[in-house]
Amino acid sequence: MKNISGTRVAKGKVVTAVLLKDLRIELRSRVVTNQVLPFAGLVLVMFAFALDNDDVLQRVAGGLVWLATLFSLFIIVQRSFAIDTADGALDSLRVAGIDLSAVFFGKAIALALKLVALEIVLICGAVLLYRVDLSASGLVLLVTCVLCATSGLAFVGTLYGGLTAGAKGRETLLPLLLLPVVAPVLIAATRATEAAFGSGGAQTSEGWAWIGLLTVFAAVFGVGGSLAFGSLIDE
Amino acid sequence: MSQVLQRTSPTGTRATRVIGTTAILVMAWVVVSGLMLTPQDVVQGESVRIMYVHVPSAWIAYLAFIFTAVASASWLISKKHSMGFDRFAGASAEVGVMFMAITLVTGSLWGRLTWGEFWQWDPRLTTTAFLFVTYIGYLAVRRLEGSVEQRARRSAVVAMLAVLEIPLVHFSVVLWRSLHQGATVLNPNGDVKMDGLMLFTLFSGVVGFTLVFIWLVLHRQRTMLLVDIANNQGLDSAIVARRAEGSAN
Amino acid sequence: MKDAGFIFGSYIVTLGAILIFAVSTLRSAQKSSQSVTDKDKTWL
Repeated sequence: MKNISGTRVAKGKVVTAVLLKDLRIELRSRVVTNQVLPFAGLVLVMFAFALDNDDVLQRVAGGLVWLATLFSLFIIVQRSFAIDTADGALDSLRVAGIDLSAVFFGKAIALALKLVALEIVLICGAVLLYRVDLSASGLVLLVTCVLCATSGLAFVGTLYGGLTAGAKGRETLLPLLLLPVVAPVLIAATRATEAAFGSGGAQTSEGWAWIGLLTVFAAVFGVGGSLAFGSLIDE
Repeated sequence: MSQVLQRTSPTGTRATRVIGTTAILVMAWVVVSGLMLTPQDVVQGESVRIMYVHVPSAWIAYLAFIFTAVASASWLISKKHSMGFDRFAGASAEVGVMFMAITLVTGSLWGRLTWGEFWQWDPRLTTTAFLFVTYIGYLAVRRLEGSVEQRARRSAVVAMLAVLEIPLVHFSVVLWRSLHQGATVLNPNGDVKMDGLMLFTLFSGVVGFTLVFIWLVLHRQRTMLLVDIANNQGLDSAIVARRAEGSAN
Repeated sequence: MKDAGFIFGSYIVTLGAILIFAVSTLRSAQKSSQSVTDKDKTWL
């Protein structure tokens, strides 16, 4: 890979540059901390209003955490790509002859970091609001689940975000495309989280089977995304 | 005569007219035989008659999505990026979505009669529903603004991603249901003891629906070409008009 | 016939959907074909 002046740009450098750029935008705009986090917290409270039963809330806490994460994922992805397409930043990257799979990984890691921050807050919220008990072995499972599920979500989020970036009506199209794809993550992450929370008498050991599915998902869309991302935004 | 036909159906040829006429005849036979001639089933009674439209439309729906995936892959792999592949993929997906909707509606009506419920969280049903939603998304991607090449590239990649997604969805639902003890869903087709006429009617259904599918896809992909050219001309004439305005000032 | 509503309903849904799809396809072909020359209609 060569840039305009003919020198080689290492892929790792591009990944870090894109990652730092996305994080710097977040640090300056504070959209995730000031808007998405309060939104996700509100969703948790709204679920409590809708379900209106402490036992039910404790039972379904895992699912609610991941649903709130998915809803927030759409907002974060749209925001991230709206900034990139507004100033034609993606086009500039393309013209610069940069390896687009590096851009994909840079944006995916930035998205994953934002999602992890969000999930930590949501899980703490569930523990406080829904009175979930968390054992030490449950915590290990939960951390693994968050890491695996988040990498999968970050890969598909970046991939489909790139697809709908710059298109009219992307706000409505993105959830339609993303929701069916992330259904396996919702199923697996919810079951693993329920096992970690011990909801409905679930054992922690039952959760580990789902981690495998989450890992396969992340691997499939990591590879698929790095191959497809370039041709999706390369127009 | 042929000019009149050409005006009423510009996408028709002698071949499509032969296929269309045969399809109508076969479908008429399926309806008559399925509703009146075939006997009741011992277990399911009259409700087995839904099978003659449900099973063939499910078969066509899945076939259509396989065609879409293969055509999309061919478009991506082929050096020429022939737009014929893209139009075939799109036409096949549109027809497939319609047959998938028919499958889901007739299936839930049949389920109400045999299971007493419109829906069961069975892996096969759930995967079918996800396939349906995924391809609705695929069709939405095809309608995004942009050139014909952009449409072809985007939608081909989305079709390939759907090929990755569907097995993952299916596997996760299987895993979900297996841990969930769950109601055992009886397989509607498996319980039916079929006599000769029932089998022949089901087979005619498959043939008839396949003919309908071929006819619809042929017309749909030709229509797509017409619409693409017409849109392109609309753009060209608009540019000419603006230029004329500019030189007049 | 028992459950006639469900059974006839499923046949009507199936045939109706196919018919509507076919008619709408032919209609949009008629509309677009006026501005397209026969040379571009590769199937003729």
